[in-house]
Amino acid sequence: VCTSRFWFNYRHVANTLSVYRSVKRLGIPDSHIVLMLADDMACNPRNPKPATVFSHKNMELNVYGDDVEVDYRSYEVTVENFLRVLTGRIPPSTPRSKRLLSDDRSNILIYMTGHGGNGFLKFQDSEEITNVELADAFEQMWQKRRYNELLFIIDTCQGASMYERFYSPNIMALASSQVGEDSLSHQPDLGIGVHLMDRYTFYVLEFLEEIHPASQTNMNDLFQVCPKSLCVSTPGHRTDLFQRDPQKVLITDFFGSVRKVEITSETLSLQRDVAGSESKLPEEELATEPLKYAEQLPVAQIIHQKPKQKDWHPPGGFILGLWALIIMVFFKTYGIKHMKHVF
Amino acid sequence: GGMAAAVLLLLLLAAAGPGPGRAEAGRERRDALREELLLTPLPTGDVAATFQFRTRWDADLQRGAVSHYRLFPKALGRLVAALGVRELHLALTQGFWRTRYWGQPPLQAPAGAELWVWFQPTVTDVDKAWKELSNILSGIFCASLNFIDSTNTVIPTASFKPLGLANGTDHHLLRYAVLPREVVCTENLTPWKKLLPCGSKAGLAVLLKAERLFHSSYHSQAVHIRPICRDASCLAVSWELRQTLTVVFDFFSSGQGKKDWSLFKMFSRTLTDTCPLASQSKVYVDISPKNKEKELLEVSPPPTSVHEAVVQGDKKTYAVYDLLSPSLFNTSRSLNVQLKWKRPQDSSEMPIPTLHAQRYVGGYGLQTGEICTLIYNTHPYRAFPVILLETVPWYLRLYVHTLTIITKGKENKPSYIHYQPAQDRTRPHLLEMLIQLPANSVTKITIQFERALLKWTEYPPDPNHGFYVGSSVLSALVPSVIAMKDMDVEQSPLFTSLFPSSDGSSYFVRLYTEPLLVNLPTPDFSMPYNVICLTCTVVAVCYGSFYNLLTRTFHVEEPSRGGLAKRLANVIRKLRGVPPL
Repeated sequence: VCTSRFWFNYRHVANTLSVYRSVKRLGIPDSHIVLMLADDMACNPRNPKPATVFSHKNMELNVYGDDVEVDYRSYEVTVENFLRVLTGRIPPSTPRSKRLLSDDRSNILIYMTGHGGNGFLKFQDSEEITNVELADAFEQMWQKRRYNELLFIIDTCQGASMYERFYSPNIMALASSQVGEDSLSHQPDLGIGVHLMDRYTFYVLEFLEEIHPASQTNMNDLFQVCPKSLCVSTPGHRTDLFQRDPQKVLITDFFGSVRKVEITSETLSLQRDVAGSESKLPEEELATEPLKYAEQLPVAQIIHQKPKQKDWHPPGGFILGLWALIIMVFFKTYGIKHMKHVF
Repeated sequence: GGMAAAVLLLLLLAAAGPGPGRAEAGRERRDALREELLLTPLPTGDVAATFQFRTRWDADLQRGAVSHYRLFPKALGRLVAALGVRELHLALTQGFWRTRYWGQPPLQAPAGAELWVWFQPTVTDVDKAWKELSNILSGIFCASLNFIDSTNTVIPTASFKPLGLANGTDHHLLRYAVLPREVVCTENLTPWKKLLPCGSKAGLAVLLKAERLFHSSYHSQAVHIRPICRDASCLAVSWELRQTLTVVFDFFSSGQGKKDWSLFKMFSRTLTDTCPLASQSKVYVDISPKNKEKELLEVSPPPTSVHEAVVQGDKKTYAVYDLLSPSLFNTSRSLNVQLKWKRPQDSSEMPIPTLHAQRYVGGYGLQTGEICTLIYNTHPYRAFPVILLETVPWYLRLYVHTLTIITKGKENKPSYIHYQPAQDRTRPHLLEMLIQLPANSVTKITIQFERALLKWTEYPPDPNHGFYVGSSVLSALVPSVIAMKDMDVEQSPLFTSLFPSSDGSSYFVRLYTEPLLVNLPTPDFSMPYNVICLTCTVVAVCYGSFYNLLTRTFHVEEPSRGGLAKRLANVIRKLRGVPPL
């Protein structure tokens, strides 16, 4: 989730896209990823290289790629939508790509970046999500059995405050800085004119580039990723709610999707589907007279179109109240016995 | 009698003999893919490339359970069947087509996202189906189409007649919505490419790489679904899916200041092979001579054929490269079409299109304003009617009594006006007019509006950017220079057969004007915080000091003389109960 708007927050979009790219490279398909970007940097008119988002200066690595699918864009990234996606309380007409279709055997990775403070994360410069709300959302997820294990990574200023309040089991959290510290950005690119990445995510990306789907690296290596000498802030982590030992948890449990493939050397012969489904198709009815296309600009027909009569609606609310008042005043002044004159 | 019957029986058996395979071939639902690329050099030195991919399926999606999808994408086919859609047109556009300098577009779309749909008469709740449709499409195309609701949907009464087969046009089955703020980027192109039968791996779609396509002045991708005649007799219905992508490469940024273009220069790729599922795959290059001179444009490698057609009322010549002909890839594995100008073109000879329009906001300040539309008819002697459709959001309150239409200094009364006023937070304004444009004239349409103050929660996160007003739509039947003959749809190129033509004397064109950006009076969102800080400071400093001054009492304190002995003595005295020293 990237929560920042405006061109100077380019690095937050680059952060999110680099994690997205690593996760896709390690095997998770787009149908299992919900990507939320609060602003469009790639096709922004201020971007000197359209349709690209770079993470290294000198424009080495384009993390936007050619087959990105963003599920929540621009104004859709709000606290309400984020919490609805997590808890599953979405309106029924939401398409599948915008839902988190997880069950109690799913491991979920949540990565958030943006501007934050002690106990809150800012969404699009107009609203905030607090650590209490986030902890309650995770508890709702736990009670509805929407996750097996959850890894929460946050890269903002004072990020550790966001995981202080978690109380649901099986959650592991990482943050780029402690309370009272700011997370800093890595390097600007003079061609683009803004900072391209944040330090913590930059080193996490470097670490993830060495992981391949079969690697056995575990979480303890991820905790060591950005020491204070490189990151200037002190990354923190929280594992007390997690039931397994972090030493035994593989990185690919959250970042990758490893499928077991069985290779067989025998050939299977498939039967030809003979006259099965095709003959059940209903016979097509042909029109009796030729169909025709509509006229695009039927001037005569348009000019003589009668204006549609407005549907009559019974008067409601204010008008009824006004009439009731008038009638009441009338009968008050003139007495009830005059009613017979009315009828 | 018996012999004849026996012979008949034998014949029947022979006909049914070869078995179920033969009967299946006759009843199979055939689908076909045609793909086409049209390269048009524009008068300003830019080049426009229009891709069209047409999948035609001889099945009736409305009736019958269709379960086997081959070329027609299943996502769209199920959508049409489930929601009772008769026609669907969705366009996502970045940039603006400059009709004045570039000429009439083959198919234009307004900036942002545009969706218009005709529903079947069997649909009972059209609004509910419309809402579901926009949500499903937002998931398929990764666009924020779920923001389409009653505040930006209108029901046009005269424009947007169906482009496919129709038997009756009750305009209550039509819905039209525009989202001018919508951004188009690679995430919209990716699912669009996935709908193509060959994806982006073979055929013309290999040229569609996002880094080059979005580095352009105009990028528009669209999906059109409509029912068409299956054959010339038009007794059966086929469904057609057209995916079009128009991109205009800029002379200065992509062309590096030179007018010579080639496929490699435009797309950084060349064509290497054809899509095996396509029945036809062609590249057309517009080499029409201007002003009846000899050809100025040279194409290489030499084309497989030259095609002449009357397109948009004018005679045009095209060099055709048929990718399915074996001779094309004989010499080299890749095809890189190059366009070179034989002699430098006179920049003063820019042809002016017959119909073009312009729109802008007039006025000053944050209270009132004026929307002005200028429509130009440059035909020397023919007048023709044009329908103008304007959709204005509810927070710009239009005053219809200030609507003026002036042509050549005199007032021009429209033959038909349909105005539906807005309802706050429910419905936008809709203004549709049929205006006669006299020959060689400029028509100016002005209407004044007042800006409303929104509730503070209704402002978007970046309110100082402004609010967009969607493009207005001009539909016209422009008289053609040369009469067009009725052509067989299957034989003619795809770019000529999008709009069904009724007679050859005029051609139908739909133009869009510029979208407008209007500033609304914006409150100061940091005001509550500032007020609280200031008030608390004032209260703490002023009232607090005053309160202290009034209620604080002063008492004298004995200077204490320290010393351990004295303290010890005081302790003993306390134990004894005697007052201390």
